[in-house]
Amino acid sequence: MGIYILKRFGYSIVTLFIIITLTFFLMRSIPGSIYTKDKPLPPKIVENIKAKYGLDLPLSQQYFKMLGNVIRLDFGMSMQSEGRKVNDIIAEQFPNSAKLGIFAIFLCLIIGIPLGIISALKNGKWQDNGAMILATLGVTIPSFVVATLGQYIFSVKLKILPVMGFKTFASAIMPAIALSFFPLAFIARLVRSSMLETLEQDFIRTARAKGLSEQMVIFKHALKNSLIPVVTYLGPLIAAILTGSFVVERIFNIPGLGRYYVTSISNRDYTVMMGITIFYAGFVILMNFLVDIVYVFIDPRIKLRK
Amino acid sequence: MQFSSELFRPLNRQVVIEAVNTRPSLTYWQDVWRRLRKNKVAMISLIGIIVIFLLAILGPMFIPYSYSDQIRGSEDLKPNLQHLLGTDHLGRDMLVRVLYGARISLSIGIVAALVNLVIGVLYGGISGYVGGRVDTIMMRVIDIIYGVPSMLYIILLTVVLKPTLNSLFELPFFGFFKAAGAGLVSIYIALGLTYWITTARIVRGQILSLKEQEYVTAARTLGAGGSRILLKHLLPNCIGPIVVTTMLMIPDAIFTESFLSFIGLGVDAPVPSWGSLASEALGGIRSYFYLLLSPSLAICMTMLVFNMFGDGLRDALDPRMRK
Repeated sequence: MGIYILKRFGYSIVTLFIIITLTFFLMRSIPGSIYTKDKPLPPKIVENIKAKYGLDLPLSQQYFKMLGNVIRLDFGMSMQSEGRKVNDIIAEQFPNSAKLGIFAIFLCLIIGIPLGIISALKNGKWQDNGAMILATLGVTIPSFVVATLGQYIFSVKLKILPVMGFKTFASAIMPAIALSFFPLAFIARLVRSSMLETLEQDFIRTARAKGLSEQMVIFKHALKNSLIPVVTYLGPLIAAILTGSFVVERIFNIPGLGRYYVTSISNRDYTVMMGITIFYAGFVILMNFLVDIVYVFIDPRIKLRK
Repeated sequence: MQFSSELFRPLNRQVVIEAVNTRPSLTYWQDVWRRLRKNKVAMISLIGIIVIFLLAILGPMFIPYSYSDQIRGSEDLKPNLQHLLGTDHLGRDMLVRVLYGARISLSIGIVAALVNLVIGVLYGGISGYVGGRVDTIMMRVIDIIYGVPSMLYIILLTVVLKPTLNSLFELPFFGFFKAAGAGLVSIYIALGLTYWITTARIVRGQILSLKEQEYVTAARTLGAGGSRILLKHLLPNCIGPIVVTTMLMIPDAIFTESFLSFIGLGVDAPVPSWGSLASEALGGIRSYFYLLLSPSLAICMTMLVFNMFGDGLRDALDPRMRK
């Protein structure tokens, strides 16, 4: 087991290293000077700026310098907002995104899992059909459509939720729903199919043969085993919430990292883009790593295999 | 117990023959089509897909405006007989813009699906067939790509590709692509480079189990080479899962494009895409809600029919895959 964790850790580090390298060289391969603005700057100034950001060094030196900085968790300065560190931007914006994301994940689990269980237990009945229609809608409606339509209906027309901002709890409701819409539907489908599969296993028949009550069978034996796939989905879930935040935070004007990332893309603020990309990648890789470890403790079959 | 012999009579010869060949034998695809036809939801979705294609291809021809025509004096019109979906703040007809957006979305879906098909099938096929260390390394590469949200790569690639392509398109040879716009081409490339992973994994899994079968040994004994076995014997036998993943890749790609256009990375204005139309409408959501509604509905309907048809196709191609 120690070897398994070590191996996973090794993969995570390699993945992160490759992402950092890829991001660096992709960013450097953008043609033209990064400082081509509306009016050309005098060459002397361009030289000074280049020296400031270390762009006058040969590419290989720039790369190793950047690598060293990233290892020390230093993502450099923003190119567009003068004098702001990328680290400060992340530290300032990410907590808002994290709050919203945790709320959304909470919604996904608290609604998605029961929905899946109900539709598995009522397999083929109207409850099942209803839940699955809902789940299909969830998979087909993009988050920005949910967000914009929800904003129009609940904030502009009915006026029961604030239109924008991130000050009160009410203002977080609609963004969280929009963020959780797709993963929620996915979790419901996942739990349903895994529950149906578990209910056909031999140990469930044994439990019933022992004369356990139906509730006991479902909650004590079936549920625990059918939730294992949900744990594997936690990594992709976090990734889905993260990408969803790019549009949802923009629509609801939430001062989070997702909105800042999109703004930095349209401003061509390359250092900020690179910093946030590496940060996001590192975050997701870390989460995947943690999920892998948790998984070993939950599913004894993995321990047996290795 | 006694039976009188009157109860037993020889069967009519014709009935015997009919009982033996009750139905003619069906080819694989006939069988698939028979199962698919029974699935009402899938058939309705198929009709929906055909309608969307027809609207996208023919629709813009029947509308007297182009997607970039700014009609003076008819800005911000509500839906009316002249402009069925209204006009935007520059006086452009929304109907033609939404229909043209369908062309963009469908083209992206198809290109992404095809590129993903070619790369994924080859990658997965080689990895599964060669096996051993090559397989381990190739799968490790996939694990690494899979470990990071694909949207991050796609955004990064589009950001980098757009200016690169723009400078490339200045060369005379690429005049054709210039018409399509650097934004669109960069999405084609970015999606093509990232979407093949699922296909590769599925094909590899199929090949791994198929290559142990007797007919492969037989082919090898007859002297067939590696590429011949892979292309002629193994890949045709995993056609089912390949078709299904490719089919389900289309709505995924359409979704990603609208997402990118929504955050301002996709097609170049004034070319409309459903994502950019929804994004433009966001500013005037209080007064011009219908501008948001039509592209949103278009995306949802398209995603729905493609997903439903993909699900139906999966059930029809391989009843065992059904869950």
